[in-house]
Amino acid sequence: MCGIVGLFLKDKSLEPKLGSMLTDMLITMTDRGPDSAGIAIYGRDEDSNTKLTVQSGDPAEDFADLDKALSEATNTQVSMRIKDTHAVLEVSDDHADDVRKALAELRPGIRVMSVGDIIEIYKEVGLPKDVAERFELAEMSGSHGIGHTRMATESAVTTMGAHPFSTGSDQCLVHNGSLSNHNSLRRKLKRDGIVFETDNDSEVAAAYLTNKMNHGSNLGEALESSLDDLDGFFTFVVGTKDGFGVVRDPIACKPAVMAETDQYVAFGSEYRALVNLPGIEHARVWEPEPATVYFWEH
Amino acid sequence: MQTIDMASTELREVNSTLQAQKADTNQKAWEIVNPKGSHAIACGLDGPIEVTVRGSTGYYCAGMNKQAHIHIVGSAGPGVAENMMSGTVVIDGDASQYAGATGHGGLLVIKGNASSRCGISMKGIDIVVHGNIGHMSAFMAQSGNLVVLGDAGDALGDSLYEARLFVRGTVKSLGADCIEKDMRPEHLEILKDLLERAGADAKPEQFKRYGSARKLYNFDVDNAAAY
Repeated sequence: MCGIVGLFLKDKSLEPKLGSMLTDMLITMTDRGPDSAGIAIYGRDEDSNTKLTVQSGDPAEDFADLDKALSEATNTQVSMRIKDTHAVLEVSDDHADDVRKALAELRPGIRVMSVGDIIEIYKEVGLPKDVAERFELAEMSGSHGIGHTRMATESAVTTMGAHPFSTGSDQCLVHNGSLSNHNSLRRKLKRDGIVFETDNDSEVAAAYLTNKMNHGSNLGEALESSLDDLDGFFTFVVGTKDGFGVVRDPIACKPAVMAETDQYVAFGSEYRALVNLPGIEHARVWEPEPATVYFWEH
Repeated sequence: MQTIDMASTELREVNSTLQAQKADTNQKAWEIVNPKGSHAIACGLDGPIEVTVRGSTGYYCAGMNKQAHIHIVGSAGPGVAENMMSGTVVIDGDASQYAGATGHGGLLVIKGNASSRCGISMKGIDIVVHGNIGHMSAFMAQSGNLVVLGDAGDALGDSLYEARLFVRGTVKSLGADCIEKDMRPEHLEILKDLLERAGADAKPEQFKRYGSARKLYNFDVDNAAAY
């Protein structure tokens, strides 16, 4: 069992409240997943910078003067915002690869959570309420976001095993369920040059979609093909820079409820997660059909 | 009318209050407000009372119901009216997975759609769905009636025993050992009564009947070597 929440805003006036709405939804799903929690938030693309969200088990040591060290190593301006065990590094797009390389050399203990123009991912072990507080998730604004509360089944309860998983620029995936063919699929994807951070089955699903999109599929097409190639139980919610998608396996055991109004599209593992959204009493509320791809784009 | 506000009342208190209403209660009408998708609302009732839930419910609403008439003014989460024994449960909106599962008796009316596994392993309950039902509905259903005014999803009535299935719309596919059967006068009578009690605007003649081919659950001597 796990809990998933997602919110894709159509009404820009709600953007400053995205973090607080998602945090409220996430905490409601605590009893579906008290092991760990995570959230991916898509902000505004206001500049030509790349954001790297990074994490360390020893932030005091690893983040000390990290911006200075990276700036010197790559001869460019790198800025840093520290939030508890995570930090967001910003650098101009054309220096992003250099910074990533320098990061691995200078501070090997640091793990990269996400890379992209607008995505930021925060995830940690602990109750969703505590995770949300540590990263001040409620203060964040953005156009869409996805959250997950985890009850682990397939791999260890660790920061890296928490969702969302990001395997491509501005992409993320959260998963409720368990995949049975993730080992063979991981081997195939590795041969295609995909690098994995964990043994987690959900990371394979994220990497599968990334690989499909790298080969020219859009989000909808990638999700469509996942129905043929992934075996197991799944409800996925995925985010891209301007898109938000949902798909459930053909058996559809893992619960899902969606709501849509003129202001937003919302996803919850249960209706409980949606009850405090504005105008929910007049929203179109439905259960996504099995083996059917839903996606929205800005 | 007694009103219980779930914004200020714990679920255990809600249920123990309702469960305390027995045959001789003079508080016959109850209203539950602010359910907000909570789990296990109005479970295990055993008295001739009317309960109106104003809003949508989460997992297992109205489970194990006996005698009570429960009306959900909203949609219901997974497992609504699971293992119902008697009484009535009416849902104005949609119902999620395995509505009415394992029910022994009573009437479950879903005015919207029901999703997958509706009436799974039903054992005597009557279920009337005004809309559509999802895949694997009436899987291993043993007795009772499932009436669907809309369409049925894949594998309807898989491994069916003696439950009767009536569908007005299309059936995407029939499950193993489920076949279409003749509609005899006694079936039209059963349907007429159920449609009336469920407030459904449909004529019994518009339905097709499906039931068990009885090949799967009977011992067949040709298969003796397999045991």
